Amino acid sequence: MKISYNAIAQLLIALLVIFVICILINNLTLNLIKTGLGFSFAWLFRPASFALAEHPLPYSPSDSYAWALFIGWLNSLKVIFYSLLLATLIGTCVGLFRVGKNALLRIVSAGYIAIIRQTPLLLQLMFWYFVAILGIKETITSPIGDLLSISNQGTNFLGIKLSAEFTSLLIGLSVFTSAYIAEVVRGGINSVQKGQWESFRSLGLRESTGLYKIIIPQALPAILPGLTSQYLNLAKNSTLAIAVGYSDIYAINDTIINQTGRPIEGFIILLLSFLFLNLLISNGMELLNSMITKSNNP
Amino acid sequence: MRRIFTGILTFSMLLTGCVNSSVGTQSRLELIKRRDSLICGVSGKIPGFSFLNRNGTYQGLDVDICKAFAAAFLGSSQKVQFRPLTAPERFTAIRTGEIDLLSRNTTFNLSRDSSKGNGLIFAPIIFHDGQGLMVRKSRKINNIEELAQKSICVGSGTTTEQNINDAFESKSLPYTPIKYQDLNQVVAGYLQGRCAAMTSDRSQLAAAKSGFKNPKAHIILDDVLSKEPLAPAAAEGDQLLSDAMRWVVFALFTAEEKGITQSNINEKLEIARSNPQMKPLRRFLGIEGDLGEKLGIPNDFVVKVITSTGNYGEIYNRHLGPNSKVPIPRGLNKIYTEGGLHFAPPFN
Repeated sequence: MKISYNAIAQLLIALLVIFVICILINNLTLNLIKTGLGFSFAWLFRPASFALAEHPLPYSPSDSYAWALFIGWLNSLKVIFYSLLLATLIGTCVGLFRVGKNALLRIVSAGYIAIIRQTPLLLQLMFWYFVAILGIKETITSPIGDLLSISNQGTNFLGIKLSAEFTSLLIGLSVFTSAYIAEVVRGGINSVQKGQWESFRSLGLRESTGLYKIIIPQALPAILPGLTSQYLNLAKNSTLAIAVGYSDIYAINDTIINQTGRPIEGFIILLLSFLFLNLLISNGMELLNSMITKSNNP
Repeated sequence: MRRIFTGILTFSMLLTGCVNSSVGTQSRLELIKRRDSLICGVSGKIPGFSFLNRNGTYQGLDVDICKAFAAAFLGSSQKVQFRPLTAPERFTAIRTGEIDLLSRNTTFNLSRDSSKGNGLIFAPIIFHDGQGLMVRKSRKINNIEELAQKSICVGSGTTTEQNINDAFESKSLPYTPIKYQDLNQVVAGYLQGRCAAMTSDRSQLAAAKSGFKNPKAHIILDDVLSKEPLAPAAAEGDQLLSDAMRWVVFALFTAEEKGITQSNINEKLEIARSNPQMKPLRRFLGIEGDLGEKLGIPNDFVVKVITSTGNYGEIYNRHLGPNSKVPIPRGLNKIYTEGGLHFAPPFN
């Protein structure tokens, strides 16, 4: 008997949820019709007629709005992916320095985290773009020979050309997120019991070996959830690209809404694409988490 | 799966929250009168058109147009609140009813006027502009052809973005657009040397140039890429408000045509009062007839407008005249009797 009660309750809740959704969607469409907007995605296949500075796949202004949005999504993905790697690298290093034995590194990394975490990201992006990158002017500087050359027209790293906009967004996002990741890493390492440090030291293991073999594997389960949320934040923060002139999906959507006069449809596409992207990230991280938990407890 | 489901549920709830359910049939004009204040969307960043001065008040041609509307609708040019909007924000702001009307360097074109486009309704054109390009003199660029393969700084969410593309594409010239959301960023990108040229309406280029450290080091090219008729706008479907707006602008033109100014309005009023045979002037100033009432605003709205802002020519000279900070030759913006394009139908 118990089971069937439960089933009925679940069914009722499901019906209620569907009913509410129906009312909401109906309400939305009705209001749209009332304001003369209607609800349509037909404009997606009309020519975009605006040019884009950066496109990983072929694109011309006679391509459709849908294709322009897809290019924007790829641009977003590109900057998110590389900043994710860079932020993790910097963040892990800074986090390790923060708990390390070297006093100078400890102070420097604490200062780094303090400065980065206490200033707004938008300000930092503006700084990297308008002051740091565009401030270089047109004279090309090559700090490490032919490997890297920087000018206000962009960066050339190992023959790969990066625009000034991409470079500043990459640096800005990576630096900002790395400060948070450093704190997550530090928190994770501090969560490992002190006895673990003492025991590997008494076994005569070197500090670095002990850290990688004993401490980090135990810290990872505590680090990963925090890391996931930082990655999600990074993905969402990438929409600030518009401030530095990078053509990410948000910036392109902005232009499209203006040209087509379809803000609701535009924002729906934007929301869904971010939902999809962030689900990818969070599910990927969950997979990684379960793999690590399994290998820790076979 | 559960995550996707909850996501969609919350999302649709949020969406519904955005929709203004009280889309009634009442005119915005009634709302403005009840509120006793006009909410006007401006740019706030273009010297000569709408710009925050040192006292923290907005000034410029667009701002004075708002003041003229407030004077006509509410009897005082002080009863207006300004909302600074970026180019991409402005249409959403007017469609959702956040502002009553837009007086923000907005180009009148088909997509914006049509109900299946941006759904606006435009008042008469208050400034005839055209898109241009500004470059550094030292670059020795004289025309658009010499900008091929170069980067060009442009504001996103504007007709500018489309025009520059049309101009380059029709000549099969490749170029790289660097897009910013805000005119200040376009200027910063250009001044920092990211782009060989910046593009915008020629009036805005002149305004931006006036603020540079060394304005003479920059030139505006002779190429005019487009027609940019700038006009105030309201949301479509509001006949009462858009009629009233239209005739307030026409009143500004007509006053200039008739030589009625801020300083002689009282004199003209006396003349009209004591000469019953001067029918057109009496109708225009609201001494007889019911022209204002037909629009749903006071009969003497012209007097209120001219007293507070002066006629179109006075507004123009105050902000863009030869002695102003942003001098722009009047050109097409003269009244039709002097060879310009500003023309008002009769006040009958």
